[in-house]
Amino acid sequence: MTTLTLLAADGEFQAPGPEIFNFPPLYSGAPVWLTKPVLLAVIGALIICVLAWTAFAKPKLVPRGIQNIGEYGYTFVRDQCARPFLGKDAERWMPLLLSLFLLILLWNFFGVIPVLQLPVNSHIAYPIIFAVTIYVIKVYLGIKHQGGIGYFKNMMFPPGLPKGVYVLMAPLELISNLVLAPFTHAVRLFANMFAGHLILAFFASVGFHFLFEQLTPLGAPLGVVGFLMTTLMTGFEIFIQFLQAFLFTMLAAMYIGGSLHADH
Amino acid sequence: MTLAATVLAAEENNPLLPHTYELVVGGLAFLLVFLVVGKILTPRIQKTLAERTEAIEGGIQKAENAQAEAQAVLQQYRDQLNEARQEAARLREEAREQGAQIKAELREEAQAEARRIVEAAHAQIEADKAQALAQLRSEIGRLSTDLAGRIVGESLEDEARQRRVVDRFLEELEGSGTAVR
Repeated sequence: MTTLTLLAADGEFQAPGPEIFNFPPLYSGAPVWLTKPVLLAVIGALIICVLAWTAFAKPKLVPRGIQNIGEYGYTFVRDQCARPFLGKDAERWMPLLLSLFLLILLWNFFGVIPVLQLPVNSHIAYPIIFAVTIYVIKVYLGIKHQGGIGYFKNMMFPPGLPKGVYVLMAPLELISNLVLAPFTHAVRLFANMFAGHLILAFFASVGFHFLFEQLTPLGAPLGVVGFLMTTLMTGFEIFIQFLQAFLFTMLAAMYIGGSLHADH
Repeated sequence: MTLAATVLAAEENNPLLPHTYELVVGGLAFLLVFLVVGKILTPRIQKTLAERTEAIEGGIQKAENAQAEAQAVLQQYRDQLNEARQEAARLREEAREQGAQIKAELREEAQAEARRIVEAAHAQIEADKAQALAQLRSEIGRLSTDLAGRIVGESLEDEARQRRVVDRFLEELEGSGTAVR
């Protein structure tokens, strides 16, 4: 932000870049780790805890108010993420999957909530935490349920293929499962939030620059376009934010399910 | 740290490289949510949902039971009604048979009575006829003797002779009668 303001002061429009994701400590003299995304992460976690508490602390047989919303979230994760991949094990993994989904979802939504306006997951550390957690569980469960050798054998040598194909298949599967899967798992969420925030920031600064900072007859329509696009993209972002939270949770369920049963 | 230094330091950040402190905060935040939402709250809502499913299934079961019971009672009533109908039909049939029997008996009796009356009448008539004939015979005898006495001028006072004469006369009469017939 500081950079942008500094450069924009010249009168030239400067598109916001990756530097908008850098945050100094909240106030001068604060510890270096106490930044906006850290604060948002903590607030988000607390909000989830409080909301979930009001919804589920004393659940009624006939649901009322926020319990309805909570149950909607619960059944959504259970029916869309857990059951398709975990089957009868779904209930057992719901604590992890529900926590994962709710936290990611709220952290994503912070990107469009006025004033906050930063998706926490646009900082790669957070997706990495989630992806690594799932990765550790996946490998642990795989070795536990399929055996140390069995896990890798099932992974690298899925039955029913001509022998020659395995020469190509085995290393690809190994890399895909143990390296690419966790990497893309984290990066998909991160990159979507990162790009989304960048796009919103870009259109917002177009609107702000051409309508307020430097209002000219030629620039004003551009500013209006920027403003309209910001509105449009905000709606689109809400969809993406939800979709990515859903996708991340679904993949987590898929990885866990794949480790529980070698379903090749 | 001055503002410029912060800005410079920030610009060196690679968005693909995580800050260590963010990893720590993210891990702790996730752990907190997992403990509260996952470990404490999710089992509660799972329990409630299971109870609700059970309650609904129990309700359905109860309704099914009630329906089955109603069906059984209805069937029972129908059976009883059928039984009662058959019983009524049986009784009616029996009554009809009894009625017919009684009628037949009565008719029998009436006919017997009629026969008896007719026979008695016949007997009476026969008796009356016989009596009349007897009376007639003595009457005719007397009249004839009276008439004959008057004609011959002689009174046949002698009883025995008189009867003998009359009997002879009557035999002649009967004999001529049979001969005529």
